[in-house]
Amino acid sequence: MSRFYLKLDRLSKTFTRRGVTSEVLRDIDLGVEKGQFVSIIGHSGCGKSTMLNLVAGLTQASTGGVILDDREVNSPGPDRAVVFQNHSLLPWLTVYANVRLAVDKVFGSAKSRQARHEWTMHNLDLVHMAHAKDKHPSEISGGMKQRVGIARALAMEPKVLLLDEPFGALDALTRAHLQDSLMQIHANLRNTVLMITHDVDEAVLLSDKIVMMTNGPAAHIGEVLTVALPRPRQRLELATDPAYIAAREAVLKFLYQRHRFVEAA
Amino acid sequence: MGFISFQSDAATPHQTAAAAKEPRGISTILATARQSLVRRLTLTGQWLVTNMVPPLVTIVLLLLVWQILCAKPGSSLPPPTAIWNDSRDLILQPFFDYGSQDIGLGWRVLTSLQRVATGFGLAAVVGILIGTLIGQSDWAMRGLDPVFQVLRTVPPLAWLPIALAAFRDSRPSALFVIFITSIWPIIINTAVGIRNIPQDYRNVAAVLRLNHFEFFWKIMLPAAAPYIFTGLRIGIGLAWLAIVAAEMLTGGVGIGFFIWDAWNSSRIADIVVALIYIGLVGFALDRLVGGIGAVVSRNTAKN
Repeated sequence: MSRFYLKLDRLSKTFTRRGVTSEVLRDIDLGVEKGQFVSIIGHSGCGKSTMLNLVAGLTQASTGGVILDDREVNSPGPDRAVVFQNHSLLPWLTVYANVRLAVDKVFGSAKSRQARHEWTMHNLDLVHMAHAKDKHPSEISGGMKQRVGIARALAMEPKVLLLDEPFGALDALTRAHLQDSLMQIHANLRNTVLMITHDVDEAVLLSDKIVMMTNGPAAHIGEVLTVALPRPRQRLELATDPAYIAAREAVLKFLYQRHRFVEAA
Repeated sequence: MGFISFQSDAATPHQTAAAAKEPRGISTILATARQSLVRRLTLTGQWLVTNMVPPLVTIVLLLLVWQILCAKPGSSLPPPTAIWNDSRDLILQPFFDYGSQDIGLGWRVLTSLQRVATGFGLAAVVGILIGTLIGQSDWAMRGLDPVFQVLRTVPPLAWLPIALAAFRDSRPSALFVIFITSIWPIIINTAVGIRNIPQDYRNVAAVLRLNHFEFFWKIMLPAAAPYIFTGLRIGIGLAWLAIVAAEMLTGGVGIGFFIWDAWNSSRIADIVVALIYIGLVGFALDRLVGGIGAVVSRNTAKN
């Protein structure tokens, strides 16, 4: 019995393609406490998305395992809802139907029809998208699509919420709005969150803990930084907060001094 | 045309604004209604002119050339005027019924359509199911695709002797020929559509733990709908090709048999009329399936 709610235990992943074996992740050990917001940051190609897929169960680990709430998990399930980078809404369903599909599947037997409808609307309200419930994904903006993606994931009442660079494809202003929304939701619901990002400010602003990955191949956890900033956090006040600046600098130093991404230069 | 449309476009908002400000008199309402009616008629007129005039001109020109080429005495094919004189009843009355083989072409087309509906409907259901199975497995795709690519090039008529030998009856043979001709594009396109379902949708299904049945109904069919309807559209075209060939040999009351019968009794004018019927019905079938496809998959392609 570990004290961690989510535990990645000596996780390794090797891919074999056309006889060539490449090691993507080596010996990842990570513990996340219940209600914690943990970000994983690293240069592109360092295997951070692979790491999230391992936790989600979409990819199988080569060695090691993932333990959630004292149970090993190795196949996908709604207890580890994923918000995908490109939102992955089903384009032939309306905003409401996209969320309702998840609600019906997860609570089909536990909740009445009326309760499932209310739960769907409640989650759309959380992300301020109830007004667009009858629109199709093609009719709303990228930021709105991502809001719906978050509503769909939240509606599954996951034990841990997995975010795969959720705001990577959005413009800076929309991204800031969504980050604020996400902070609000996290403050109210106290979800356990694991987020992949390549944005230093985003990681520091949102996280309790930042996991910094070394470059691949055979990437591993280089450093873990605890962000001790009090919540609720205000974007504007933090800009001049010494603790915030120090945390930001620590991450930047790790990424650009000790583990420079050579190919990106 | 353009000028009229511009004028009424400009006048309507002004009219509406005025009506909103003052207490609405009957005359104002009537004027607004008339204005919008005029505008709608203008737009419809414009649409008709741009879309109907070019084909009409083409048809008239074609008929003229045909008339000139075939009008001289001793010509082997009848000119349009002769067809009109000989087969006027067939053209003007699709649904007369004077006895077993003396019926309007409308009835014959309906009989043929019934056969196509059965054969093609069966091909659609079986084709989509087989295509779905094949699309999900690399092995099945690699193994079966070459076989399908060869079989799909076999002409409809070539299947007929085999079908007659197998079923020993003309009616199921005709259905089989339609089925086997139209099924290949449906299978192949469905399989390609299933293979092209984005990994994202599969991931969503995996996280939600959709079972096979739910995955088929909620993800596969809608995601592959544009491909499936491409296959169905090619399929219905081939089915309509096959029906005529099959009916020529199996007999009955279909439009295909009518052509064969007309040829045997040297009614060339009737054959020409039947050809036009077949063309128009084929065109309508293609548009019908295409239209259904556009409606069903209107939200799938965009994202």
